[in-house]
Amino acid sequence: MTDASLHIAPAGAASDEAAFGDYVALLKPRLMSLCVFTAAVGLVAAPGSVHPVLGAIAVLFIALGAGASGALNMWVDHDIDGMMKRTAKRPIPAGRVTRDDALAVGLGLSGLSVVMLGLAANWAAAGLLAFTIFFYAVIYSMWLKRTTEWNTVIGGAAGALPPVIGWAVATGGVSWEAALLFGLLFAWQPTHFWALALFVKTDYHAAGIPMLTVTKGRNETRRQAMAWAVVTVAVSMAFALSPAGGPLTLAVATVLNAVWLQRAWIVWRCDDAASHEDGHAAEKALFKWSLVYVLVHFAVIGVEALLPMGGW
Amino acid sequence: MAPPRIEPLHEVHTRRKGRNMGVLAALLGMIVVVFALTVVKVRTGGFSEAFDHVVRPQLAIEADEGTDG
Repeated sequence: MTDASLHIAPAGAASDEAAFGDYVALLKPRLMSLCVFTAAVGLVAAPGSVHPVLGAIAVLFIALGAGASGALNMWVDHDIDGMMKRTAKRPIPAGRVTRDDALAVGLGLSGLSVVMLGLAANWAAAGLLAFTIFFYAVIYSMWLKRTTEWNTVIGGAAGALPPVIGWAVATGGVSWEAALLFGLLFAWQPTHFWALALFVKTDYHAAGIPMLTVTKGRNETRRQAMAWAVVTVAVSMAFALSPAGGPLTLAVATVLNAVWLQRAWIVWRCDDAASHEDGHAAEKALFKWSLVYVLVHFAVIGVEALLPMGGW
Repeated sequence: MAPPRIEPLHEVHTRRKGRNMGVLAALLGMIVVVFALTVVKVRTGGFSEAFDHVVRPQLAIEADEGTDG
C-alpha cells in the first residue's frame, strides 16, 4: 500500500503533530527513574519477601503512577509552563500535545497503575499510590504551588512516598521505619531545592509562583536550607539505627551527613555579596552533594538489606 | 502558483509510524506483564476454590475433620 500525501506549500515544513516521545516526555522520565530507585529500595529494605517478578512489576506500576501524576501536573500547569524558560519546551506549551490528550494520558495511566499495583501486590500499596497521584496533581499542582512559598516543603511529600509504597508492597502496610524513609526524602528536598534556587536565576516569580528566595529573601532561604539539613541528618541517623538499618548504613550515613551539614553550614554563613563574587561556589557544592547524598544513602540502604550479613 | 506536490513519505508519516510503533511496543509490553503476573500468581498463590453451593469432596473431608476433633 502506498502512503502518499498531497502536500501544499510550505513544502517540507515540520508538522507539530505529536511523536511518541512527546507522550513519554509528559510522564517526566527523570522523575520516574528516581521513583523506580527509591521504591525499589523501600521494597528490599522492608522485612517481608516478595517474588522477584511481582516486585519488578510492582515497581514498574509505581513508576507508571508517578508518570501519570507528571502528565496531570503538565495538564494543570499548561499556562505557567509557557511563561518559564525551563518548561516552555514541554509538549503542551510547545503545542505538540493538546491539554485534553495530556489529561487523558494522566487519568488513564493513573487508573491503570493503581489497579495493576493492587492486583500485583496489595490494595494498601495501591491506595498509597492513588493518594500520591492525588497529592501531586491536586494538592501540590493545583493548590500549593500557586499559593504559598512552602510549596517546595509540603509538595515534597508526593516525591517522598514511593519508598513507602515499595515498603507496603512487601509488607502489606506501613511501619515507623517506612515513615523514616519518607522523612528522609521529605526533609532532604527543601535543602536540595533551595541550594539550587540560590544560584540559578529562575522565572518562577514572573509566572506568579511564590518562591522562598523572593517572598522571604535569600538570607531566610539560607537559614531554612540549614534547618532542613539538620532535620535530614536526624532522620537519616534514626533510620540507620532502626531495625531496617545496620552498621554499613550507619557508617556511610555518618560520612554523608558530616559533609552535608558542613556544606549547609557554609551556605548559611555566606552572605550574598561574597556568594555572587565567587560564582555561588558554596551553593553549587551543596546542590551537588545533595544529589550524591540521596543516591548513595538509598543505595546503601538497599545494599545492606540485600547482604546476607547486613542489618543489626 | 506552483502546482501541489505529491510526496511519497512526508515527515508526518514518519512521525506517525514512530508513534504507532511506540503504541505497539507499549501494548506488547502490557501483554507480557499481565502474562507474567498471571503465571507467578497461579504458581505461588496455591489452589483456591470458592464456595459454589455444591458439596465437593474437599468440603466433606474438611467437615469430617472438624467434627472429629
